[in-house]
Amino acid sequence: MATARMTASAAPTPTGEIKAKKRLGDILFSGSTVTAGWIIVVVLAAVAIFLIAQSIPALIADPADIKGAPASFWAYVGPLVFGTLWAAVIALAIALPIAIGIALFISHYAPRRLAQGLGYLIDLLAAVPSVVFGLWGIKVLAPFVRPGYEWLATNLGWIPLFSGPVSGTGRTILTVAIVLAVMILPIITALCREVFLQTPRLHEEAALALGATRWEMIRTAVLPFGRPGIISASMLGLGRALGETMAVAMVLSPAAVISFVLLQSQNPTTIAANIALNFPEAAGVNVNVLIATGLVLFVITFAVNALARYAINRRKAFSGAN
Amino acid sequence: MSKRIEVNNLNVYYDKFRAVEDVNLTIEPRTVTAFIGPSGCGKSTFLRTLNRMHEVIPKARVEGEVLIDGNNLYGPGVDPVLVRRQVGMVFQRPNPFPTMSIRDNVLAGVKLNNKRISKTDADDLVEKSLRGANLWNEVKDRLNLPGSGLSGGQQQRLCIARAIAVSPDVVLMDEPCSALDPISTLAIEDLIEELKQEYTIVIVTHNMQQASRVSDKTAFFNIAGTGKPGKLIEYNDTATIFSKPTIQATEDYVSGRFG
Repeated sequence: MATARMTASAAPTPTGEIKAKKRLGDILFSGSTVTAGWIIVVVLAAVAIFLIAQSIPALIADPADIKGAPASFWAYVGPLVFGTLWAAVIALAIALPIAIGIALFISHYAPRRLAQGLGYLIDLLAAVPSVVFGLWGIKVLAPFVRPGYEWLATNLGWIPLFSGPVSGTGRTILTVAIVLAVMILPIITALCREVFLQTPRLHEEAALALGATRWEMIRTAVLPFGRPGIISASMLGLGRALGETMAVAMVLSPAAVISFVLLQSQNPTTIAANIALNFPEAAGVNVNVLIATGLVLFVITFAVNALARYAINRRKAFSGAN
Repeated sequence: MSKRIEVNNLNVYYDKFRAVEDVNLTIEPRTVTAFIGPSGCGKSTFLRTLNRMHEVIPKARVEGEVLIDGNNLYGPGVDPVLVRRQVGMVFQRPNPFPTMSIRDNVLAGVKLNNKRISKTDADDLVEKSLRGANLWNEVKDRLNLPGSGLSGGQQQRLCIARAIAVSPDVVLMDEPCSALDPISTLAIEDLIEELKQEYTIVIVTHNMQQASRVSDKTAFFNIAGTGKPGKLIEYNDTATIFSKPTIQATEDYVSGRFG
């Protein structure tokens, strides 16, 4: 209605709307951005259609044809979904506090030169291929953490999480989670550091002028300001952990179980690792089953991202963006 | 509550650059003192030495002494954190914490250092501080909304409420009205007049009318040229500074002949 009145009074021409002059540069540029925008939609649609179309045979197939003869497709994918989420959540729980600590050290504590060096080191960690992390997990980390696992099982075994017997190889879901934590550490750290560095000087000084110590200044000004950034960073890290294939496939010897225990030799595996391990030998409907698990992973990752957006938007008024 | 400030032979540096040279002045309790002078003359820098906020800038340092009721802020073993709790500060641009509600902003200083405060005490303090900052009637129904949703003038009064909630001895104001419209400026100036009953106030301003309206004493700072340190040229009763200053540079400045 407002528009109608505007056009009636402001524009004497019968066509109403005022057209901006079209310039070649503008047309080219807007055309290319629109194309780029559409490409993402098309690619996503192509992947989604492929996943859904190829998954349907698995969903209607006779469960007896599926490898391991589970009661249904959902019984097959259940432990994998659990393993995927469980490993990723533990990895995030390990990585997030360390990442925030490193980021704060770089942004607010370290001398400038040291901070820069440390930043490069973190980026270098991101450049290590995941297959190398897998090898490192098997050859170095698993034997290294095994005595620690023994200790945990002996002393904290009464907590179901740490109950024994400890896996002889040390290659358990916890080891995988540690490897994943190392892998997602760089991305979370780098993003958090950027966010912390962007804290307005004015807010930091406001806290300091109230008589805040360095830590209190960080708590009142830096961390709340960086909260949306921390959430985004965690979700990116979580997304990477959810989809990570090689390191998990190499370290774990999988079993189709749903089990929270961290130290035993029976461990659930992840969707991505399961696909990688079974795809070369899969035939017939089992290929569709693996693709259907991929669809489930796609949905999970999508849900995680949506959740992160919701968490950020919920407190938008307090974000400092206004 | 309010205390006398005595500054002796104060020199302020940014690394090797001397920004302010050899300031000596005494500020009486329960007065408003205005610092005026051209941009870059070191008045804000000097103000920030009065609560040790100068040193949060890397490589910034201070020589000389600032005595508040006889205690040197720059004495050995003095904790700048405790100094800043005694000497509050209001900045040029309103800076309420955007992630906090209006209420939490007022309580921000009180809740530092893990101090516990009961809910009723907190409510009383919030009301008292907001009333003290002439903001209570405007925000009493939306204490839990974000402070960044207020207008600029309201935000600045919220910052004043936050500063006085910790009961400081002195309140420093660094051009508190420079980002505000005339009506909000008037509200802050009225507020300064009231705060004077309880606090020693030091205000930096670019607005000479403001200095003459609100202050009891005025200090004029000037620089000889870019790259030279700022100096305190003249310090006297505001009426004297604006009617018959003793130094020519002061007269030129307040009469608008330069600056």
